[in-house]
Amino acid sequence: MPVRHLRLLLVLPLILLTGGCNLVLLSPAGDVALQQRNLLIASTVLMLLIIVPVMALTVAFAWHYREGNKKAVYDPNFHHSTGLEVVIWSAPLLIIVALGALTWLGTHLLDPYRPVTRISASKPIVSSVGDPMVSGKPLVIQVVALDWKWLFLYPEQGIASLNEVAAPVDRPIEFRITSSSVMNSLFIPALAGQIYAMPGMQTRLNAVINKAGDYEGFSANYSGAGFSHMRFIFKGIDEGAFSAWVDKIKQEGGGLTRADYLKLERPSEKEPVRYYKAVDTDLYDAILNMCVDRAKMCMHDMAAIDARGGGGREGINTVMSLTYDKAVRRGTGATQQATFVTALCTPADAYGLGNAAKASAAATPRLN
Amino acid sequence: MNSEPNPIDTYPHWWRLLFGRFTLESLPLHEPIVVGTFIVVALGGLAVLAAITRYKLWGVLWRDWFTSVDHKKIGIMYMVLGIVMLLRGFADAVLMRSQQAIAHGGAEGFLPPHHYDQIFTAHGVIMIFFVAMPLVTGLMNFVVPLQIGARDVAFPFLNNFSFWMTTGGVVLAMMSLFIGEFAATGWLAYPPLSNIAYSPSVGVDYYIWALQIAGVGTTLSGVNLIATIVKMRAPGMSMMKMPVFTWTSLCTNILIVASFPVLGAVLALLTLDRYVGTNFFTNDLGGNPMMYVNLIWIWGHPEVYILVLPAFGIFSEVTSTFCGKRLFGYASMVYATVVITILSYLVWLHHFFTMGSGASVNSFFGITTMIISIPTGAKIFNWLFTMYRGRIRFDLPMMWTVAFMLTFVVGGMTGVLLAVPPADFVLHNSLFLVAHFHNVIIGGVLFGLFAGIYYWWPKAFGFRLDPFWGKVSFWCWVVGFWVAFTPLYILGLMGVTRRMSTFQGTEYQPLFVIAAFGAALVACGIVAMLVQFAVSILRREQLRDVTGDPWGGRTLEWATASPPPAYNFAFTPMVHDGDAWWDMKSRGYKRPLEGYKAIHMPKNTGAGVVISGIATVFGIAMVWHIWWLAVIAFVGVIAATITHTFNYDRDYYIPADEVARTEDERTRALALVKA
Amino acid sequence: MAQSHPVAADDAELRFYVADEHGHAEGGTMLGFWLYLMSDCLIFAILFATYGVLGRNYAAGPSGADLFDLKLVAVNTSMLLFSSITYGFAMLEMEKGDQRMTQRWLAITGAFGLCFIGLELYEFAHLIHEGATPQRSAFLSSFFTLVGTHGLHVTFGLIWLVTLMVQVHQRGLIPANRRRLMCLSMFWHFLDVIWIGVFTFVYLMGSLK
Repeated sequence: MPVRHLRLLLVLPLILLTGGCNLVLLSPAGDVALQQRNLLIASTVLMLLIIVPVMALTVAFAWHYREGNKKAVYDPNFHHSTGLEVVIWSAPLLIIVALGALTWLGTHLLDPYRPVTRISASKPIVSSVGDPMVSGKPLVIQVVALDWKWLFLYPEQGIASLNEVAAPVDRPIEFRITSSSVMNSLFIPALAGQIYAMPGMQTRLNAVINKAGDYEGFSANYSGAGFSHMRFIFKGIDEGAFSAWVDKIKQEGGGLTRADYLKLERPSEKEPVRYYKAVDTDLYDAILNMCVDRAKMCMHDMAAIDARGGGGREGINTVMSLTYDKAVRRGTGATQQATFVTALCTPADAYGLGNAAKASAAATPRLN
Repeated sequence: MNSEPNPIDTYPHWWRLLFGRFTLESLPLHEPIVVGTFIVVALGGLAVLAAITRYKLWGVLWRDWFTSVDHKKIGIMYMVLGIVMLLRGFADAVLMRSQQAIAHGGAEGFLPPHHYDQIFTAHGVIMIFFVAMPLVTGLMNFVVPLQIGARDVAFPFLNNFSFWMTTGGVVLAMMSLFIGEFAATGWLAYPPLSNIAYSPSVGVDYYIWALQIAGVGTTLSGVNLIATIVKMRAPGMSMMKMPVFTWTSLCTNILIVASFPVLGAVLALLTLDRYVGTNFFTNDLGGNPMMYVNLIWIWGHPEVYILVLPAFGIFSEVTSTFCGKRLFGYASMVYATVVITILSYLVWLHHFFTMGSGASVNSFFGITTMIISIPTGAKIFNWLFTMYRGRIRFDLPMMWTVAFMLTFVVGGMTGVLLAVPPADFVLHNSLFLVAHFHNVIIGGVLFGLFAGIYYWWPKAFGFRLDPFWGKVSFWCWVVGFWVAFTPLYILGLMGVTRRMSTFQGTEYQPLFVIAAFGAALVACGIVAMLVQFAVSILRREQLRDVTGDPWGGRTLEWATASPPPAYNFAFTPMVHDGDAWWDMKSRGYKRPLEGYKAIHMPKNTGAGVVISGIATVFGIAMVWHIWWLAVIAFVGVIAATITHTFNYDRDYYIPADEVARTEDERTRALALVKA
Repeated sequence: MAQSHPVAADDAELRFYVADEHGHAEGGTMLGFWLYLMSDCLIFAILFATYGVLGRNYAAGPSGADLFDLKLVAVNTSMLLFSSITYGFAMLEMEKGDQRMTQRWLAITGAFGLCFIGLELYEFAHLIHEGATPQRSAFLSSFFTLVGTHGLHVTFGLIWLVTLMVQVHQRGLIPANRRRLMCLSMFWHFLDVIWIGVFTFVYLMGSLK
């Protein structure tokens, strides 16, 4: 295939330059990342069509029209040429039209929210029944970015794992992603592009892994002090090994109740891989809706009230059950009263410190 | 509970009333790097202060510089500020490069995350707000009034005030290094991380107040320069006869006025979240952190063009001057600039394709971003065809220009690549992205500023810069840039994300070491540049230019003396063609030698220093929650401003015979050169 | 030699400089101030946009319909509208050169402005007393910020107004003071326009169920 040769040409100097560094983005193991790579290379080639001539002309003109070269034509009045103007505006325009079309198509095809439509270029999706028309059901993995570790929940399997995630080769995966406190970004370069993980919100990422192996995953969006260690292993394994992995967790794993989760979400770094077998079925939903602590109102309940026009005057004093950030604030635990200024302004207690005891009674999570 | 005890708890009540949340523990005495830096900075500062006192320069500084409303002096002060801060910002860069070169395979390096995170935040903030912005504003301030044949800017006092507000922001940012800490949130301080719940200490507050105070200055200086360009052009200079640098300055200032208020507003909302407990960007009670990301980039993307457009203007001036040709395609250059100005508001979302907007939204913003590359490409071609059939003199400004053209196109290309959403999904937040924006900001903005500094230095001081050290600096910078950032491009393709303080494996280390070596080369470039300034000042008599037109210039700033007299032009020039000075020269213009009139000029005033000084105190008080001081300072700012409005004695006349004396001196000097 | 051709290149058609200086370009201040107002307008645009995004996030708390007292706001609005009219009268008197009447109308404008601020503070105090504080919900945060920023502008307008009245009293309607009164006039009417937006989008539309 000529395109492949072209790619090779492009990649070759880079390989020479880096002395065989593992350019994972250029040789990924998942079909989505592969298509993203192809788009990356195609766009680069398209742009080089204009960049290379411009660079060559710059050097050529700079050399040829140097002051010392008396043979070069000097025409101080050459400052307009309609023909040239048309060329210099339309050449980039043409490239951008082509690139724009490519972008429109690629962005829609590779929309992370869109279920994958193929396993790889040569393999359409085949359901377990063997009928290519029935799309295979993706493996759902719920992801929670915590300070500073990753929690993966498998709703079908009823298990969860910390800082390690596994998926069978050639089976579509659907990640549903949220975060417990701040913005992070779930990125497994070998598998697919990244997507932000945000508290109280869910993003999605559809992907498929084609080659077995252990791949790096991490947060690609700075999230505070433990960010550098917020890494995990993505294991691409075959279907049998995956079942074994699930079984192993079901035997060895610990429990993950709401109370366990509230302990787990406290900031910590360099957590070892951990497995959980008895995972509360509604845990992910509660995390997503920021109501793992049962004293808190769930986001979707709040949104439902808001959609009906709010909670009215009677709703004014429900703040404590809605306050979330102040309870999970880093390093200070759930007990400290908010220290923003208005809370400090009572003259009797100018620093809001005396309130801490009172507040702690109200704000301590009621664990189930 | 599990928290470390807050030191403020151990302090008595009166201390808290007096000093807010400042404690002795806020001084980073336990961090040897900071203490060392402080000692060096303090000794250096003391030496400078001592020298000023020793040579009795305080009066001169105060009368002729600090209180000056002369756009040239303010421009020069901006440049000095920018270059000083370049050293600070670059020191941060060196620390980061060293840390990332060391901390592999279990090694922690010498910077703990808490410190490292502040450094990359400070590096970004300082380089954009306190290096690039002052340098760009400084050049515009110095050059624009001269290029349009004006005596000063439209609001000379406001100009002085803007400068001091910028300086106030700098003071806050620098203070954070030694008292308390700076934000550890990344340069745009995304909530929820930057909110009080997750960043409770003073760092983000320093960030907020530094930018807010400097931002007021920037906005006002934008208003000022727009009014100057629109209202104060020399007679005959229609819009389409304006020099390209003035055009790009106009567009830049329009961008400033149309974007900095957005920054101010969004920072104010973050301030309310942090100080009052509102819920704009919180996770709970209906807040929406994504709104912050949108709003800050609605400012942030135009900001990129605010920086790069004036650089484009500089390259245009330099190219046509040193090629000895009129700029190719002036009209299309102007249209390209205007198109970029408008489009820069339609692309902000490309900074967060990965936030989960739908495919259609993402592709819309991806394609608008790509469209910007069309006018930008046209500009590159225009410079290219200005060189075509030119007679190119490779003085340093032209060398910077060619280096820019070769460097910037690569940055532009990687930029368009990042505008393709699926590609961005893998490259976002990676070192590839870091390499890209340094590629355009160093290769575009900084190279342009260096070209501009070298080009206009003789105009500002009456002597050229030493070319030898300039060339040493040039090669160190250009080579150093590529050595430092090519590895980052490659690391990005290896899937390495940014803002990491340590790396688990060792496979990335060689590339980081190369990058660190590149940073060292750039350091040589900076040192060579400082040496160049020093050598040039020492050898100023040999490098003297009396003509006022050392490069065979084409625009009006070269029509007057170097350095220009306070009034810029003894007679306001009358313009008949683009490249007005070239036109005048080619039609045999002779300097008028008599008939001088008294010239109406604005008076210097210390009000700018005073008001922004108090505003800075207000910022410090707010950072540390010293409420009594904040109230006093706030009232003080208002009172000082009102007091200033009671001063109606704001202008004076330079008498005709003084103008005559100045101009006769120049006549004699010119005659000597001819003889 | 040079002395014998004083203005050499100065043939009849082509002059390269202006021999007679006419001072600085006029109208610069107005343009500059207008630019400032546009930048201020952007701040309000952001606050409106914020209100647009967060205005229905009641966080299970009260909504505008629960809280707003439209009658009070209508009175408040009329105060500001009247103040704009009276400022217009002040400007007319200024054009006539009648300093005494100018001052009188300015004072009336100030009085209306004070009423506006007073009523707004009363409204805020009332809301906060009920527990509908800016901290309660994103809706209330954006409401207080938008309306409060406008109120802050009016307050500064009042300070400016008083300052100008003192200055007019001291120096009369000199050109510098006329220019300042023009600027304040633009500022004052601008705030009026913004308020109409606030009244419509926040209060009227917020009172709909």
